[in-house]
Amino acid sequence: MGATIINIEDAVVSYREDIALRGVSLKVESGEFVGIIGPNGAGKTTLLTIVNGLGKLLSGRVWVLGDYLTPSNGHSLRKKVGYVPQVENIDPRMPMNVREVVMIGRYGLLGLLRRPGKHDWEIVDEMLKLVGMTHLARRPIGHLSGGEQQRVAIARCLAQEPELFLLDEPTASLDWKAQTEILELVKRIHDSRHLTTLFVTHDLGALPVACDRVVLMKEGLIKAEGPPDKLLTDDNLSQLYDMPISAVEKRRREVILGQG
Amino acid sequence: MDLSIFGYQFMQNAILSAFLGGIACATIGVFVVLMHMPFIGVCMAHAAFAGALLGLWLGFNPLVGAFTFSLLSAAIIGPLADRGQLSPETSLGVIFSLMLGIAFLFMGLMPGTKSGALELLWGSILTNTRSDIILLAVVAVVVVGLVFIFYKEIQATIFHRDMALSVGLPATLILYGILFLTGATITASLRSIGGLLIFSLILNPAAAAYQLTYSMKRMFLLSAGFGVLSGWTGLLISYLFNIPSGATIVVTSSVIFMIAAIFSPKRRVKGWQKKPLLEE
Repeated sequence: MGATIINIEDAVVSYREDIALRGVSLKVESGEFVGIIGPNGAGKTTLLTIVNGLGKLLSGRVWVLGDYLTPSNGHSLRKKVGYVPQVENIDPRMPMNVREVVMIGRYGLLGLLRRPGKHDWEIVDEMLKLVGMTHLARRPIGHLSGGEQQRVAIARCLAQEPELFLLDEPTASLDWKAQTEILELVKRIHDSRHLTTLFVTHDLGALPVACDRVVLMKEGLIKAEGPPDKLLTDDNLSQLYDMPISAVEKRRREVILGQG
Repeated sequence: MDLSIFGYQFMQNAILSAFLGGIACATIGVFVVLMHMPFIGVCMAHAAFAGALLGLWLGFNPLVGAFTFSLLSAAIIGPLADRGQLSPETSLGVIFSLMLGIAFLFMGLMPGTKSGALELLWGSILTNTRSDIILLAVVAVVVVGLVFIFYKEIQATIFHRDMALSVGLPATLILYGILFLTGATITASLRSIGGLLIFSLILNPAAAAYQLTYSMKRMFLLSAGFGVLSGWTGLLISYLFNIPSGATIVVTSSVIFMIAAIFSPKRRVKGWQKKPLLEE
């Protein structure tokens, strides 16, 4: 752990009539692995977008990597922040291969008018190797499965050589095996590259066990935060999902085992 | 076949116009196809047509009217496209029909013969003058030049706008730049191809190229090639059978698309795995 590298003070964000964040304050220290959980619509994604400067603050202040965020310095900040957005369907006929998509991660750093050189391609290939995608490097991007797409997105993010690693529901819509693999990959990358990671998910099962800290969000507010073993109590979770957690577990078992 | 026709200035002008217009339109088409915004292009083309008619009616340069109107429509459409997620089709439908309505309104208000207006509707590449060609050349050079210079920014924006933004690229600026170039290309080609037909020359060559390759660079090149091929073949057919050139150019481009679609390796789902063609 080290210095504070994200400092959010009383952030309020609104999209048209809806208020997505209603005064959120959060500090994250260098090297931390923070899991952010909460039901759909809790403001988790919005919280990530104000960290990389894409979200528009209605009020409040944000410092990231030592810089006070203003609408004008977002571009330069984003070059240092790796962001893996939620999976979207990619056009299966999109004329780009996996390697080219990962290279996009380097475009911001390269700056205008400069083309990727040998060094950039080496980094891209290294990242593809790291996420275990070397064998698919020349496949058209639209031909990959959900789990493979997610690995490519992570590789793209790492090609940026970021200091901050933001992941938005990286395991949503993946099967159990792919989910486990992505979680292990994220943890391994976090440790080996000494990153600071914010990991957003609505699914408790997809929360990495390795989180240093968990933040519970609901209705645009942070309801609680702390170390996972202390925070993830039945009481807290029941409140978060408006349902006794034992009931959630019971239903899940009923669905899986066909009992009840 | 009597080839002496190619010795005439007007025919040489037409051949040059088809070449330049084909390249500019087909390059713009790659954006339109890959960013999934065909309806935006149709909308801007009709706005340009309405603007040109306003110019004809009130007696100022129709191309100024066309450019202004297509940019105005881009200013309305841009934020719709920029908002992403929500499908802007309904709003575009409203703007599109409004533009067509305005165009015919101006046409009705116009006194005297409507031949100038009809020319803008169907296009008449055979009457292109030197100044038309210069305008087409400038637009073609600017479009191709900008794609060349900002290739990586454009490629990232086309692939995924939010992703381009998140790595620190000015993707919103690039989106508006693309809309601006679309307006300029439509304006410059309006007199040659016509307001009703111009959009096919934008869409078809790129849609054909899209069927044939998994490389974006190759898609740009193929599309430009198909654009020029459409223009020249259409021109030849128009001359041989004495039929309107705008129409033959557009029909040719559609035929090229159909052929490409039939032979598309992308239609054979597993085909590319056995034969990984056209990479990088």
